[in-house]
Amino acid sequence: MTRQMTGAKMVVQALKEQGVDVVFGYPGGAVLPIYDEIFQQNDIRHILVRHEQGAVHAAEGYARSTGKPGVVLVTSGPGATNAVTGLTDALMDSIPLVVLTGQVPTFMIGSDAFQEADTVGITRPCTKHNWLVKETDRLSATIHEAFHVATSGRPGPVLIDIPKDVQFASAAYQPKPKAGSRHYQPQVKGNMEMIEALVEAIETAEKPVLYTGGGVINSGPGASQLLRELAEATGIPVTSTLMGLGAYPASGRNWLGMLGMHGLYEANLAMHGCDLLINVGARFDDRITGRIDAFSPHSRKAHIDIDPSSINKVVKTDYPIVGDVGHVLEDLLKVWKARGRKANREALTKWWKQIDKWRAVDCLKFKQDGPVIRPQHAIARLEALTKGRDRYICTEVGQHQMWAAQYLGFEDPNRWMTSGGLGTMGYGFPASIGVQVAHPDALVINVAGEASWLMNMQEMGTAVQYRLPVKQFILNNERLGMVRQWQELLHGERYSHSWSESLPDFVKLAEAFGAKGIKCDDPADLDDAIMEMLDHDGPVIFDCLVEKHENCFPMIPSGEPHNKMLLGEASTKDAIGTKGAVLV
Amino acid sequence: MSALKIKKGSSKHSAYNLRPQFSDVQETHTLAVLVENEPGVLARVIGLFSGRGYNIDSLTVAEVDHQGHLSRITIVTTGTPQVIEQIKAQLGRIVPVHDVHDLTVEGRSVERELALLKVAGLGDKRVEALRLADIFRAQVVDSTLESFVFQLTGTPDKIDAFADLMRPLGLIEIARTGVAALARGT
Ligand SMILES: Cc1cc2nc3c(=O)[nH]c(=O)nc-3n(C[C@H](O)[C@H](O)[C@H](O)COP(=O)(O)OP(=O)(O)OC[C@H]3O[C@@H](n4cnc5c(N)ncnc54)[C@H](O)[C@@H]3O)c2cc1C
Ligand SMILES: Cc1ncc(C[n+]2csc(CCOP(=O)(O)OP(=O)(O)O)c2C)c(N)n1
Repeated sequence: MTRQMTGAKMVVQALKEQGVDVVFGYPGGAVLPIYDEIFQQNDIRHILVRHEQGAVHAAEGYARSTGKPGVVLVTSGPGATNAVTGLTDALMDSIPLVVLTGQVPTFMIGSDAFQEADTVGITRPCTKHNWLVKETDRLSATIHEAFHVATSGRPGPVLIDIPKDVQFASAAYQPKPKAGSRHYQPQVKGNMEMIEALVEAIETAEKPVLYTGGGVINSGPGASQLLRELAEATGIPVTSTLMGLGAYPASGRNWLGMLGMHGLYEANLAMHGCDLLINVGARFDDRITGRIDAFSPHSRKAHIDIDPSSINKVVKTDYPIVGDVGHVLEDLLKVWKARGRKANREALTKWWKQIDKWRAVDCLKFKQDGPVIRPQHAIARLEALTKGRDRYICTEVGQHQMWAAQYLGFEDPNRWMTSGGLGTMGYGFPASIGVQVAHPDALVINVAGEASWLMNMQEMGTAVQYRLPVKQFILNNERLGMVRQWQELLHGERYSHSWSESLPDFVKLAEAFGAKGIKCDDPADLDDAIMEMLDHDGPVIFDCLVEKHENCFPMIPSGEPHNKMLLGEASTKDAIGTKGAVLV
Repeated sequence: MSALKIKKGSSKHSAYNLRPQFSDVQETHTLAVLVENEPGVLARVIGLFSGRGYNIDSLTVAEVDHQGHLSRITIVTTGTPQVIEQIKAQLGRIVPVHDVHDLTVEGRSVERELALLKVAGLGDKRVEALRLADIFRAQVVDSTLESFVFQLTGTPDKIDAFADLMRPLGLIEIARTGVAALARGT
């Protein structure tokens, strides 16, 4: 059944057919026909952000917390260019987005028309794919294709550029095609021979480690379930990248904590010392590997990844398995069970003993003493006071992000939204808005640094307008903390431009937007202040004044191997066997 | 992307030492890339090479299946084996790319390039140019009293060799198509 309709109506129709319930956007001349259609319907909710970058990050938060693609609608020219940072962020972190941009009419393209930009040209390297639709009768099919591309294989952002005349003209609407009719069909099943070989390796391994990543989250909650089953059944320790937190529960027996540059001592030393490294949906990022030639030097390496280009990109793999984490883990568990559920128990017991010694170093230990709140303490109290609640955490980028990753425990996937690959300051606040829109009754907290938070603070208007009770938990050190830390450690304590001299009064700022502001600078008041934030039914800016010169440890300096970790204030006296290698 | 054959049960002291490191030998490969013939597809391929720092030695593109909307891009590129593998995997990731063939590893192939060379000269040089053109089976496709335009088809090496010989004889301009290549046999 085909129906004639305008391009603008087609957009709304196609979004509905794709099950879209919310669009984050900002209007302008080149998308007015689509906005006119949005006005005349009630199925799709439109959230008016205050800056297009905010729209894209909000859609990312929505997507990461639901597993569904996020949808964005912006105008041509500046609307599209403002979306570029968000697109790049989503590409780096494999977040599925469908971004619709308006464009000048087809007959004006190339004439430097008002608010014309070569949007497909600009966004080609920061999208998974993009389209300029020049005929209305291609529009609905292209939108359906866009959703397919954004969500299949390794997910990512896609963009459709729609000239204004295409929105006005009429054509026949093409309904969503059946699955399997397209050429773009990434492989999801892993190679069985290679899976068998990996199972064999698991059976005999003496010091195996599961190194899990964002791919487990991308694969869906079923994949996290299978990962848990695999870890429990085989007894293999689990560590995760920043992007994979929550796939394996922080309360799980086999949990080692996050690995990498600011990862836990036990996680990094396990990676360094293991004999079988099983990468499940992670990409050997440089925050993980450190110096490549010294990375996990004694291990055979398995890599499960849906993107063939991830395999052997950075680290040479012995067991490459191209496929979806969920599908591969299912097959792997089947094979492992069929072969008699074998594991090298004796060796594993020894391995765990070794790990327990590393754990005993207690690398995250800190003491809250004195009159100033230490940032670790603030996060630890936030954890204690929100544990067990229906909780979603976003972060900005910097030290606070790392402390959040270290001191908060994630029990489930899709509960942790952070900008990992691009490290975009200004991501967290709009992302928290997207999460709250998707989960109106949940507790949504953005753990922020004051500098990052200011980068997209205009979104306070959005939070207030839509009554989104997002909690902005700002660890205010009045510094670009992470930059300051690098300057202290690597640039002779020359603090070049890493502080702000005129920070706003955050309480007044909240009030100016019609929200609640809370300020806390006394450890004794902290719990009450946090409770006040949690109890308030509306958006809150929490200005938590913390120690200004705190450093984030553990830290592996760039370009160093895992066993050259700086533990900072934490004790290293018990570091067995690697004492000499650990620099304090 | 095949895994190394590691002897079963040899896990005690990891096969890591047996594993060749990523090699730094530079290899030249000819890739045939079948793409959907849609606007911007060439920009995607070229953008991939420039964005990720890969080399393009030669690139040709033309529609090969009008009904199926398919174009064939032939790329000659140089890199370490790891980089060549990355290039293929990255090309495969581009949504309108249907197929990537590495003609250099997938058995023998024929490679041909066409060149037009303008050679200007008088007297002996002119005679010598014509004589060499004959040896190389280049055709004269334009001639004036002071110049020839030769058309030569062959492997890039053959064209290089011919161009080198023509240089002292008055080569003033050269246009090359870049490589077109097909696997031999069926
Ligand atoms: C200030 C700062 C400090 C940081 N420090 C650290 C740190 O200490 N530790 C740390 O871990 N990170 C850190 N990061 C984050 C880091 O930069 C990377 O973003 C992160 O490590 C990448 O995570 P990942 O490997 O899980 O890959 P992701 O970016 O999540 O990629 C997912 C991988 O899984 C694959 N995949 C996707 N879907 C599927 C599927 N369905 N099935 C199979 N495979 C799939 C993809 O192809 C990709 O290879 C830091 C970031 C910042 C900003
Ligand atoms: C958009 C952007 N610009 C610059 C940077 C570099 N950068 C990384 S962390 C950081 C400081 C962040 O300061 P703040 O948000 O206060 O967090 P803190 O580190 O103090 O916790 C900067 C400038 C970045 N990641 N993103």
